[in-house]
Amino acid sequence: MTIGIPRALAYHRYGTLWETFFQELDIPYLVSNETIGSHLTTGRALAVDESCLPLKLYMGHAASLRDCCDVLLVPRLERLGKQDEFCVRFWGLPDTVQATFGGVELLTYERKSASHSAELLAFLQLAKTLGKSPLAAARAYRVAQNRQQEADLRRFLQNRVHLRARAPKILVAAQSYITYDPRLGGAVADLIRNLGAVPIFIEAFDRTACAKAAGQISKDLYWTLNREILGAIHLAAGKVDGIILLTAFPCGSDCLANELVLRRVKTPPITQILLDEHQSGEGLRTRIESFLDMVERRKEAI
Amino acid sequence: MSKQRVISFPHMGDYHIPIRTLFQRLYPDAEVRPAPPITKETAALGARHSPDFICEPFKYNMGNFIEALESGATMLLQTGTGCRYGYYGELQEQILRDLGYEFKFLCLNRERAHPRAAYQTLKQFGSPLSVPQTAHALLIAMASIRAMDRLAGYVREHTASVHQPEDMSQIYSEFLKHLRSADSLQTIRTLDKSYGKQLRRLPQAEIVSPLKVGIVGDLYTVMEPFANYDLEQRLLARGVSVSRRMSLTFLLFGPPRRQRLRAAGGYLRHPVGANGLDSVAQSLAYAISGYDGILHIKSFGCTPELNAVPALMNISTDYQIPILHLSFDTHTSPTGLETRIEAFLDMIAQRRETRADIQPGRRHRFHLHQGRHPR
Repeated sequence: MTIGIPRALAYHRYGTLWETFFQELDIPYLVSNETIGSHLTTGRALAVDESCLPLKLYMGHAASLRDCCDVLLVPRLERLGKQDEFCVRFWGLPDTVQATFGGVELLTYERKSASHSAELLAFLQLAKTLGKSPLAAARAYRVAQNRQQEADLRRFLQNRVHLRARAPKILVAAQSYITYDPRLGGAVADLIRNLGAVPIFIEAFDRTACAKAAGQISKDLYWTLNREILGAIHLAAGKVDGIILLTAFPCGSDCLANELVLRRVKTPPITQILLDEHQSGEGLRTRIESFLDMVERRKEAI
Repeated sequence: MSKQRVISFPHMGDYHIPIRTLFQRLYPDAEVRPAPPITKETAALGARHSPDFICEPFKYNMGNFIEALESGATMLLQTGTGCRYGYYGELQEQILRDLGYEFKFLCLNRERAHPRAAYQTLKQFGSPLSVPQTAHALLIAMASIRAMDRLAGYVREHTASVHQPEDMSQIYSEFLKHLRSADSLQTIRTLDKSYGKQLRRLPQAEIVSPLKVGIVGDLYTVMEPFANYDLEQRLLARGVSVSRRMSLTFLLFGPPRRQRLRAAGGYLRHPVGANGLDSVAQSLAYAISGYDGILHIKSFGCTPELNAVPALMNISTDYQIPILHLSFDTHTSPTGLETRIEAFLDMIAQRRETRADIQPGRRHRFHLHQGRHPR
């Protein structure tokens, strides 16, 4: 039996955890390939047409795994605390996948609190359905947890280094599933690099510190992922030369949170770039180019 | 002492009546004035000052707020639970302040909506009422909401089957007029009873079984006639019996989550945010009880309802019931809507003719879920 893991949405945050867990338990698994055009084409046909771009990509990834895998890992991430919710898109993910691909077998676990013991229990349950002993599962979970932390740390350090760069530094503030998708955040980062600036992602700032700092911009915000973005924006002030709010059409939480950022954060210069399924590389390039021009001119003036 | 305080709040359906009474009780020295009625200008004004692809209710609320402030309001009310609605308050306040308005903002969202916190906030804004008095005011508001929803539900379902449909709406608006000045539980109960009786006594039409359509969807689009371009009236005008279980009563006193999950019959296994689960559960109930069709309406990009759509499609195939999905935004054209409704109604009417085995209207009194009726 092979488990399929779509390389989209929460994979970019918890991927290492899942992969290591299955590795340690000797269960064959398969992660879908990096996003290519065909993922979007199939996803667009499968998802409801108004759905957000990341969901369409997710559907594309899930569809690409259907032929070669027996079950799909689709976790249900609800919240990490009372005021720490995931977008309702994540709440409905298992049901959406189930209803869209009739008859697909799902492997799922629920996340309703920040506590690791709750997560461990969920993973034990997961292992039980896979026929693994609780002891082995607990060990696998611990290893997986450590690897995930290492991976997060690596990301943190990789991004951190760039903060010392001489070239203009641009904070690309986006959800991890946009940042680490080569067709979305990847494309934007490449453009910034080609134009002689340094892209920095929100992972350059510690997650816990971000969650705390977010309160400086918004008191009421209750979406965990957006809180981290807002926190990073607050912490980055003075360390970067410009901020690009990167969002996908029509992201429900970004459109509220980013509007607040645009209204409350005055320096450094900020722009919002909206990615959609019809986007052209040229349009993106023009916008980034003009933003960088502006940032550089401003830097010279100071 | 400065000039008198004017409290205002955004619209949703006819609920401005009980809310107005409630806040008039909470703040006796203030003038409570609902925002001016929603018009095209309100929608345009709201859309201009809102983020691009935010859901519709945000834009309508924004328009309401701006028009209320322009007409002299000094204090605005907002609540917020569910999906994105919980975050409306902070952003709306910021946008209004950026526009240069001066006002007080009473926002009972999320944890601030819990009784204790809500009471403290009300006190902070200068309500002189004690806890029992506040509770009493709340009880009156709840009673009017229940009575309104009960009668409105009856009107929706039975307008098609009475001899003179105009009488129905006339009696209902008369009821609303009296409800405006009702200030005790007893009066509300009497009103509820007497108007309920009047409605039930209207002479029935000859034609026995009108087309039966259920409406499900996101709460604001479903309940605010302006946001759905008077969908219900359009249906009623065509002699269709309309059922809609979503109402403020349902939101406040509806069944607990577990029961709603069970009612979704396995089409959804988890809550999918806001009222996505209810849309599925209610559609399933309509499908089982032999309705002719279902209208699923939502504002553009409403994520919980989008989560519900694949499940609704499965219900549609499994129970052979047509479901029309309609997305509303400020650019929807009434003519386009009219055409689609017309086509949909034609289609379900034809289906009924060709499929004589379908027995329309088993379990006729669906509206009773709006609450028990006092006899």
